[in-house]
Amino acid sequence: MSSWIDLHALWRIVLVGVIAGAGLPAVFAIGLRALAIGTTEGQGEAKLGSNPVGVAAAGVCFAVVLAGIAWGVYMIVDGT
Amino acid sequence: MGNDFLLVLVVITALGFDFTNGFHDTGNAMATSIATKALPPRVAVAMSGALNLVGAFLSLSVAAAIASGLVNTGKVTLTVVFAGLAGGIIWNLLTWLFGIPSSSSHALIGGVVGATFAAAGSDGVIWHGLLSKVIIPAAISPIIAGIIATLGTYYIYRLTRGVPDGARTRGFRVGQIGSAAMVSLAHGTNDAQKTMGIITLALIAHGTLPAGHQAPFWVILCCALAISLGTYSGGWRVIRTLGKGLVEIEAPQGMAAESASAAVILLSSHFGYSLSTTHVATGSILGTGVGRRGATVRWGVAGRMATAWLFTLPVAALVGAGAYGIDHGIGGTGGDIVVLVLLLAVIGAIVVRSRRTPISHDNVNAEWDGDAAPAVEAPAPVAA
Repeated sequence: MSSWIDLHALWRIVLVGVIAGAGLPAVFAIGLRALAIGTTEGQGEAKLGSNPVGVAAAGVCFAVVLAGIAWGVYMIVDGT
Repeated sequence: MGNDFLLVLVVITALGFDFTNGFHDTGNAMATSIATKALPPRVAVAMSGALNLVGAFLSLSVAAAIASGLVNTGKVTLTVVFAGLAGGIIWNLLTWLFGIPSSSSHALIGGVVGATFAAAGSDGVIWHGLLSKVIIPAAISPIIAGIIATLGTYYIYRLTRGVPDGARTRGFRVGQIGSAAMVSLAHGTNDAQKTMGIITLALIAHGTLPAGHQAPFWVILCCALAISLGTYSGGWRVIRTLGKGLVEIEAPQGMAAESASAAVILLSSHFGYSLSTTHVATGSILGTGVGRRGATVRWGVAGRMATAWLFTLPVAALVGAGAYGIDHGIGGTGGDIVVLVLLLAVIGAIVVRSRRTPISHDNVNAEWDGDAAPAVEAPAPVAA
């Protein structure tokens, strides 16, 4: 079986892929949500970032996403 | 010493293939950003081209490995490589004409395998390697990418419920550009290496380089430039199918799709699992359509693509085998020239045919009407 399908590589790709490929966008979404604390549906974006706690939380989320991107670039340069 | 004329021909043809690889795959990175208007079309292709260039230089551990494990490299001659490249180029252009995203790696592998088969018979082809390294991953990778994109899309929409629409779209456009940039970078690294590997293989077959040698700098430079220019030229027909035809995409979906593609492409090359960027990108875009409630997914378009994928290897192989047969049958430099003239004639015919229904940055986002080419309002053709 595994001479046909490289299961060893596959399960890692799925696991890390879900964390990086779906998890990071979700963290980004949380950041956006935090930035929008205090706004309600239908408002423009003028009120974005009006809550300092929300801004701080958003900062943490976006930092996590940037770290994920940096890790991806490192993986390329590192010589795959 | 081998044949100098043929070596030059192979290098030029390989760079030509690299160019088609670039423009065929622009859509993998940029189709969603263009469809959601996160980036103007021409800015998108320029950015993707530049990142492909950077990506091609990022990872320099270039192996001449494209064909190893798939064909018996001892049987690979310059003529085989030339015929294989002809098969790859013709398949890439044909699928581009119909606006079908299909794997450039499969086209190249198909061409080389077909030519090797014609040259050395069944012994020249490593069937087990072909199945386990090419065919099975092609079936699995779009499913993995699709599942990741579905999950990402679902959570993104759940988590941003209540965020004002305008703010959400703007935020995700930024995220989308970032994730598309990663896909472009990864594409430059992965796909430019394939042509670098082919040229290195040709240099070794010719005797210019000792066996097992790394790609010389000029090869890396030329391949990086060729794939980057190809990307910049924009395969608008394929971009249109991926961005408009498959799923109607919103900015959050675009980010989910590109993130899933970037993650799967980078991880699989990290873990040494070979797959096609095109299959991954298509799977991701489909997944993002499944993950958003109420999104339109055109399964008919997806089915047409999947059918084309099934034909990629055999048709490219047939063309590669035919090109080898003609070249070898006539023999010598005369055979090479005949194949070159035939190749140029087919390329010319396809380009002329494409001018009848031009797709460019002007109409790439026109409403989808069941076909890659927009029926009306076709503007003056722009250099494709």
